[in-house]
Amino acid sequence: MSIGQGTESPNQAAHDYLAEGRTVGFFTDPTVCIGCKACEVACKEWNMVPDDGYAWSGHSYDNSGDLGASTWRHVKFLEQDLAAGNQVAGPMTVEPGGEEPFRWLFVSDVCKHCEEAGCLEACPTGSIIRTDNGAVFVQDDVCNGCGACVVGCPFGVIDRRPTPLPGAGGAFKCTFCYDRQAVGLTPACAKACPTESIQFGPLDELKERAAVRVHELRQSGFEDARLYDAADTSVRGVHAFFLLLGDPGAYGLPPRPEVPTVHLGPAWASALTTAVMAMLIAVVAFALW
Amino acid sequence: MAGAGGGPGTPGGAQEDRERRLAELREEARRTGTVSAPGVNVEGGPLPAGSTSGAKPAGYYGQPVVKAPVWTWEIPTYFFVGGLAGMSAVIAAAARFIGHDAATSIAALWIAAVGAVISALLLISDLGRSSRFLNMLRVFKRRSPMSVGAWTLALFGGLSVLALTLATAQRHLLSAGGGSGALAVLVSVSSLGTAVLGSVLGTYTGVLIGATAIPAWHRHRVLLPAHFGIAGLGSSAALLQLLGFHRPALVAVALAASGAECLVGATVELARHGAADRALRTGRSGALLRLGGLLAGPTAFVLWLMGMLPFGAVAFLLGALVSRFGWLAAGRASARDPQSTLEAQGG
Repeated sequence: MSIGQGTESPNQAAHDYLAEGRTVGFFTDPTVCIGCKACEVACKEWNMVPDDGYAWSGHSYDNSGDLGASTWRHVKFLEQDLAAGNQVAGPMTVEPGGEEPFRWLFVSDVCKHCEEAGCLEACPTGSIIRTDNGAVFVQDDVCNGCGACVVGCPFGVIDRRPTPLPGAGGAFKCTFCYDRQAVGLTPACAKACPTESIQFGPLDELKERAAVRVHELRQSGFEDARLYDAADTSVRGVHAFFLLLGDPGAYGLPPRPEVPTVHLGPAWASALTTAVMAMLIAVVAFALW
Repeated sequence: MAGAGGGPGTPGGAQEDRERRLAELREEARRTGTVSAPGVNVEGGPLPAGSTSGAKPAGYYGQPVVKAPVWTWEIPTYFFVGGLAGMSAVIAAAARFIGHDAATSIAALWIAAVGAVISALLLISDLGRSSRFLNMLRVFKRRSPMSVGAWTLALFGGLSVLALTLATAQRHLLSAGGGSGALAVLVSVSSLGTAVLGSVLGTYTGVLIGATAIPAWHRHRVLLPAHFGIAGLGSSAALLQLLGFHRPALVAVALAASGAECLVGATVELARHGAADRALRTGRSGALLRLGGLLAGPTAFVLWLMGMLPFGAVAFLLGALVSRFGWLAAGRASARDPQSTLEAQGG
């Protein structure tokens, strides 16, 4: 058994997607996630992402808080009212005076690798690029830490790393394990995921598999199962997409994400109109007085 | 919620209140078999946010959906100085070509050139990796306002220094009875070019923060470039007044700008953008924006109208600076508020 072929699963197998120029993606399925955070640890270890502090959030078992410069995979722990949907882990009985049952959901969040990426568009140095497999990649040796990408991301993924952490001053986010993919390995998070809640593969194949999974879940009574792929928004689809039970807002995901470049037209129109108006005001003032 | 402090040594009423509360809890537990109070949610404690209060936080535990801008004081200061410098070039050109006023024009070009240098220094010092500032000119991306702005500032800086040098040389030559036609053409071209670039420099900053994922900013994507441009124009007229140029044209520009700032303030106050408005009207950011708006708008307008030039000028400059800081603070507050993002990017 060679490296990269740990199991028979296509999620683990050696591949050549980068050389083939195939668009790849992540399909993250919270209904089989066990909240083990192996993906978070695998990501940190492989990519040598520095420790950014231990904080006790008090939000269920989530102490990572959010995605950021030093957190590229983040397992969210949702505690929802039972009324919000079916219980994923089997029926729970409500005993009078007993503890309120709730729906416990885990989902491993990650950079979405948008088709129309706000960070990439906003980057003035050309540090952020699109790779051959369709991912969005920050070239750390080019980034000058201007911060334009930070406010360009509709999902709050990319951030500037503060001092005194290694690489401080630059913007960081998920690399889609470009280095691993270049030699035919699957990204570290998918490789480490014990339940294949994180699936890696060609985007078109993942989409087909996800559609089947949603259908299965709906047949089994999870009426609020849906895909979150932002396909019909200005983001034009995300390469790391999710299966969600219930409202995306509860996961901290914008229901209809918008790439900020949609604001460029009206804003520039206003800027140029103002520029002309300013000239007119100055000209009229000096002509008359 | 039980108050902080008040250990065993605490004297007086607080201690008695706390003892009485313990007795109440005991009585409630004895009578009903349970206690309804939620306890105290200590910062960083194990109780989920919202579990101790009635209201459920928006989104995922009230966590922000988008990241707050990482920019510090250099950026709002740059918005102010860059707008002032850019619009000074516009006034310089109008004074030269329309007003035939070389003195005012050269003073305005000085503001433009010095302002451009200060702007560049502010921008470089705000970078996370300042030594790589030249990477800003590595590529040109028209869909990146930061890229357009960096190029505009670089060209504006160079051209404003050139225009200033040429205009000053021409003035000395003319007073000595010299001056050539070729020099006059060069002065005209460089002044006009500086004015065009300056008008972009003074307004693009509104695009820079308007075309972002921050709700309080992108909801005002049309207002911001106009607001910043007009503020730059008024600031330029104000600073020229303080430097001793009292030409009525400058007062007219100042009145137009402060009048427009009144409209900007009214627009922000009357906006109905749901949760995104909170950052613009409440807290520190709301206070800064209102203070800045009142100073640059009605206060400066009235002072200028009454002919109190230096006071109007100081009020306008202060207001313009304060409101730049207000907009950055509003961006931060808005980013921290998941409800405003979920509404802005909602279904």
